[in-house]
Amino acid sequence: MVEAKKIITPLTDDVIETLRAGDKVLISGWVYTARDAAHKRMLEEYEKTGQLPFDVKGQVIYYVGPTPAKPGQVIGSAGPTTAYRMDKYTPKLLELGLKGTIGKGWRGPEVKEALKKYKAVYFAAYGGTAALLSKHITKVEMVAYEDLGPEAIRKLYFEDFPVIVANDIYGGDVFEEGQKKYRKLVV
Amino acid sequence: MREIHYNDIVKAVKEMVMDAEYKLPEDFIQAIKLSVNREESPLGREILQEIIQNAEVAEKEQVAYCQDTGYPVFFVEVGQDVRVVGGSLRDAINEGVRQATKEGHLRASLAYDPLFDRKNTGDNTPALIYFDIVPGDKIKIMFAAKGGGSENQSKQAMLKPADGIEGVKKFILQSIANAGPNACPPFTVGVGIGGTFDYSAVLAKKALFRHIGERHPDPRIAKLEEELLELANQLGVGPLGFGGTTTAIDIKIEIAPCHIASLPVAVNIQCHAARHKEIEI
Repeated sequence: MVEAKKIITPLTDDVIETLRAGDKVLISGWVYTARDAAHKRMLEEYEKTGQLPFDVKGQVIYYVGPTPAKPGQVIGSAGPTTAYRMDKYTPKLLELGLKGTIGKGWRGPEVKEALKKYKAVYFAAYGGTAALLSKHITKVEMVAYEDLGPEAIRKLYFEDFPVIVANDIYGGDVFEEGQKKYRKLVV
Repeated sequence: MREIHYNDIVKAVKEMVMDAEYKLPEDFIQAIKLSVNREESPLGREILQEIIQNAEVAEKEQVAYCQDTGYPVFFVEVGQDVRVVGGSLRDAINEGVRQATKEGHLRASLAYDPLFDRKNTGDNTPALIYFDIVPGDKIKIMFAAKGGGSENQSKQAMLKPADGIEGVKKFILQSIANAGPNACPPFTVGVGIGGTFDYSAVLAKKALFRHIGERHPDPRIAKLEEELLELANQLGVGPLGFGGTTTAIDIKIEIAPCHIASLPVAVNIQCHAARHKEIEI
């Protein structure tokens, strides 16, 4: 196995340029959570006020709605949710300086184009391995929209959180490339 | 007539929901373990190992296997010689879900209304409950925690009788390929063929309760299940869609009579968080 690259948030273009689809990456530092409801509200707010609840420049958004923490836990189970549902909102956030998103599954063509245009990366985490992934989250802070419960925006502190570069700035796509190698039947 | 108290049902449902969320069915885990050696992709093998490890950690630490603790779906078979006292059966099931959500630290994952403010119900109720009346004096409760990611990739089609078996096979395989990495493979695939528009989907969901490797009693359907499983694993999707030869762990088909004009087919995709559990009271 190829050794994973270690990166630290916030991300700069220099780091983004070194990442290729298929690379294993360990992320450390703060990231923000947001999923369907938070994205909708964030972008509606931006339309009205020109402000976002946090400055996305250089930041990474993790598409996750964790389970509540048990006593003694920092956070409950916290695996990625399906990324394409956020596609409608992602190009705008990338335009505003967001450098990374973490989720699972395919992104649509508009997001892939925006990743190239604004120099950002989409990372895939291992979907459904939520009990394991939560062990790489060592701090949690509430940021905004607490009323959304599991969909609120939180800040998570990652320690070597494992992901794979799914879409890079060069048009690479780990799912397409990986599946092509093993596809014996086209339907 | 046998009586079962509301409180006993609440307790049984609470325990079954929490247990299902923390511990995947043994037959599924065994099937995943067997698939590690067969998987051709090195990354695929690594992911299957992570899945096994995740199951071990969730069970050991009694935490949710997946953060999406799912839409609670129940199939309940009520014996005609039993009655529930102290409250309604529906209320008891919902109360069990409510208590499991709170005490079991499950995520609240239901929205009150689909279109307007989509406010979270806060306790995973109301559960979806399908009731059936059967002979006997027992109540059988089957529970599935259905995750949104895989449910979103499920499909239904009203095919023409002329499309026949080939049309059905094509639709099922296309549904699996399209679900791809979005729905967290390896999948178990529930298929309902026949019935009406709505009933085909119910059959597909119910099919997911059958044990891994347990074939349909009709040898023609059993053969179709085996053939589809082999074809599904040639699609290249692989563990979590990164490419590989383990796309589906099993495919289970249920059939029902249908209208002479119709050939309904429903494909219910189940992710690797295959949380299903049955109890009898």
